[in-house]
Order: sequence, then C-alpha cells, then structure tokens
Amino acid sequence: MSVTDVTTDRETLTLTLTARFEAPIERVWELWADPRLLERWWGPPGFPATFTEHDFEAGGRVAYHMTGPDGTTYHGWWHILSIDRPHRLSFEDGFADEHGTPNPELPVTRANVRLSSGDGGTDMVLSSRFASLDQLEQVVKMGVEEGLRLAVGQIDGLLEA
Amino acid sequence: MVISKASEAAVDRLFHALSDATRRDILRRSSGGDLSLTRLAEDYPISFVAVRKHVAVLEDAGLITTVRLGRERRVRVDPAALDRARRALEQIEQIWRHRVDSMAALLDAPSPTTPTEGRTP
Repeated sequence: MSVTDVTTDRETLTLTLTARFEAPIERVWELWADPRLLERWWGPPGFPATFTEHDFEAGGRVAYHMTGPDGTTYHGWWHILSIDRPHRLSFEDGFADEHGTPNPELPVTRANVRLSSGDGGTDMVLSSRFASLDQLEQVVKMGVEEGLRLAVGQIDGLLEA
Repeated sequence: MVISKASEAAVDRLFHALSDATRRDILRRSSGGDLSLTRLAEDYPISFVAVRKHVAVLEDAGLITTVRLGRERRVRVDPAALDRARRALEQIEQIWRHRVDSMAALLDAPSPTTPTEGRTP
C-alpha cells in the first residue's frame, strides 16, 4: 500500500494525499517530467493517456487526451504554474474540446506536488483543489437545483395531502 | 380534497423563504459546505442581526439547518448537498490512489523507460 495518508477539506474542496515510494527522488520526479512515463500512470483504468504537448517549465502548457474503451477521447490540459526540480510542481488541470481548446465552463483543478527524500525512499504529497469559484458554483448549482427540486417536491406532497 | 391548515402554512413558509434575493443567496452559499454564521454575514451589507433573521426564515422553512459548535453557529444546507461534495472528493481520491499504484508499479519495473507492448500511441 503506497498511500500513507489522505485528508479532505470540504470547505476548501481540497484533497491531500501522501504516498511513499521505495525509489530515489529523481526517479519519482521523472514519472512527472517524462511524458512517456507520465502517460503510463495518469489515465484511470481503461482510459490510457497520451500526452501530445509537454512544456515542463513554469508557464508551460501540457496537452493530453485519454482514450476510452470505445475509442472516445477526452481532452485535457495543464498550465504549469511553478517547478522546482525535483521537489515541487504546481499546475492547473482542466478540460478541453476535441481540438484541445480549453473549455472555460468546466472546472479547473489546482494541483500541487511536493517530493521529499527520506529513509531511502521518496514521499509525495499531492494536493488537489477544486478551482475555487468554478467548482464551488458547480457544486452550489447542483445543490440549489436539488434544493428547488426538493422544494417543489415538498409542495406537491403537501398539495396532495 | 382537504388541505390541512398546517400544510398550507408549510407551503407559505417555503415560498416566503425563497421570495427574498438575500435568502436565495444564503441558500446558494450554504450549499458549498458548512459556513460559520459570522463569516456568512460578513459578505452582506446588512446587519448581523438581519442576516440571522434571514437564516431563521430559511431554517423555519426546512431549507437549511444550523448547528451550534462551541461559540459559533454554523449554517449548512440539507446533508444531501454536503454528501455530494464528499462523494466528489472521494472519487478524486480513488483516481489518485490508482495513479499512485501505477506510479509504484513503474518504479518497481527493471527499467522505467521500457515501453509497454500494445500501448496505444
């Protein structure tokens, strides 16, 4: 089991996960820095990733797509915010259309990666934050719609009494 | 069909709660998580007492609940909305657990640059 700790913060909608790898920090860093390695672990089960752009530097752009079992592709992008090799990486991760054009209506996740050496291995702390207002409003929108649905349901129920 | 007075009163309270723009805004903001009443009130140009009255109307209509934690009063929308935030975060957690396992597998491999056979280019 590589994951050693997970915490979530519902108010800031942040997930923080700590993992331990029995490998030197440079090798763990390469899993992020080398697109041919990155695409071997980024995609979820059944959705292998392909990275078509990988400007791995502050301000750089990364473009990727994931291919589903039926051939459907899902496009994403990163905007690299900062890099401090081999210790820190922060980037924004968002959705794009089939041409790779970012879709501003869909949420952007803010990711921070911190690697540190210890006990002959490497610890990785990954925090993933749902982008402030975008994510919050999407959750809120669902909540309000649900709230109004409930309210209307309550009204119907009361009128039928 | 007989509609009880209690039922009609409940409908009245619901419509009354939703009829005010500030109350609708409070409801929207409460959906994102639980907020302290103090922090919530800071963002409105009306008095704290006025905000508290709005919250009471929403609570009376069953749209939100408030809970006292220590010296604070916290406002939250019905638990279903919070559960959604929790479930969304749990899904993100599962994605990262799988990624970490895949990373570990790559690190365990004899050579990290060995291409996998059959990988889609």
